[in-house]
Amino acid sequence: MIPHDAPSAQEMLAAVREWMENDVLASTEGRLNFHTRVAINVLAMVERELELGPEQAAAHAERLAALGFEDDRALAAAIRSGAIDDDPTLAVQVRAEVLASVIDKLRVANPKYLSDGRG
Amino acid sequence: MSDVDRSSALTAALSDVLGGATIAGLQRLSGGASRETWKFVADGRALILQRQREGDVRDMGVEAAVLRAARIGGVAVPELIATSADEPLESGLQNPVGAAFMILGHVDGETIARKILRDDTYAVARQRLTADCAMALGRLHAIDPAAAPGLPAIDQVEQYRAVLDTLDQPHPTFELAFRWLEAHRTEPGPMRIVHGDFRLGNLMVGPDGLRAVLDWELAHIGDPLEDLGWLCVRAWRFGSAKPVAGVGEYDELIEAYREASCAAVDVEAVRWWEVLGTLKWGIMCIIQLQAHQSGASRSHELAAIGRRVCETEYDLFLALEGRW
Repeated sequence: MIPHDAPSAQEMLAAVREWMENDVLASTEGRLNFHTRVAINVLAMVERELELGPEQAAAHAERLAALGFEDDRALAAAIRSGAIDDDPTLAVQVRAEVLASVIDKLRVANPKYLSDGRG
Repeated sequence: MSDVDRSSALTAALSDVLGGATIAGLQRLSGGASRETWKFVADGRALILQRQREGDVRDMGVEAAVLRAARIGGVAVPELIATSADEPLESGLQNPVGAAFMILGHVDGETIARKILRDDTYAVARQRLTADCAMALGRLHAIDPAAAPGLPAIDQVEQYRAVLDTLDQPHPTFELAFRWLEAHRTEPGPMRIVHGDFRLGNLMVGPDGLRAVLDWELAHIGDPLEDLGWLCVRAWRFGSAKPVAGVGEYDELIEAYREASCAAVDVEAVRWWEVLGTLKWGIMCIIQLQAHQSGASRSHELAAIGRRVCETEYDLFLALEGRW
């Protein structure tokens, strides 16, 4: 339970983002306009992370546990050592779990990327 | 020194280097992590100054030699007017521009990828660009590497694995891709001069097509197909569905390159280099983020690039689907 009054962190981010979209974009051009777009994207990303972050953290931890690794560092080291390739069933499972986490990252960082221009 | 003082000191130094030419309109264009770019006019001619930043250890003299060799080899490049290496200075004596530098002829055109890919002005250029790129690369790769001594020749897989380790951000996807790259290495091609960053953004394009190949700072000795694969990396399509620089198809690139270089090219080998290029871009995203985090260049744009790593991871999974 947090002690803060309304608005929530998400609501404050959304308010700033909407102001940038509605007012700042229209009154800037060139480099400043581009950097405003980048800033809007960053705020929208943080909003998505606040919404999806907790469930994604739990899912990521479950996937690592299912593979028997403590964190991405340990999994990366095992892949590099060749230990995963020695077991084809495990290799398939590792790729599936890693891809699932990559997709979760994209759902926060850039959800459009999952559907854009994919033939 | 204030910015104004700095500019007037630089104006005086440029005049000195260019034999007393009248310098006007000095304007800073961009500041990359390793160098700054300025535009100015000397005796009525538009020129570009590229000045190395402190801490960048690359030898600009090597890059200048590559530019000269490329020009002689028929690759469209900016004319090299002067460099800090032209007249060896007595020990301890600074060159007047104050850092390693190159002065280049200015080439008119557009480098911004989204404009080249979307504006009507470049409709004809888009149709010609794949062939233009293949021609430029064919000519570059035909140059005798001895024309530019001092270029590094490091295995790209080994190099980028070492770079990734210094960043201390292990990624399981990157390790999967490294394993695949090692298990599927193609027959190495002849070792040639490769540009190392041949893509929209580093190409000056006019309404008529490719006008000049810029930014040679990553040139090195390697397999020529590295340049073709890099040109096809998804990040360099800038949202377009077409694989080659966002304007062409694989077959077009390979056919045009075969005509330009008389070398048959295996599309699978190009795809291997595209996978390596995708991995390299992912690692470069972390490097850009760390330029922000270290304080070297505080920027929300650089910070946001750190969150593009998962795009390259996703691309790696798509590229390797069915090929593991």
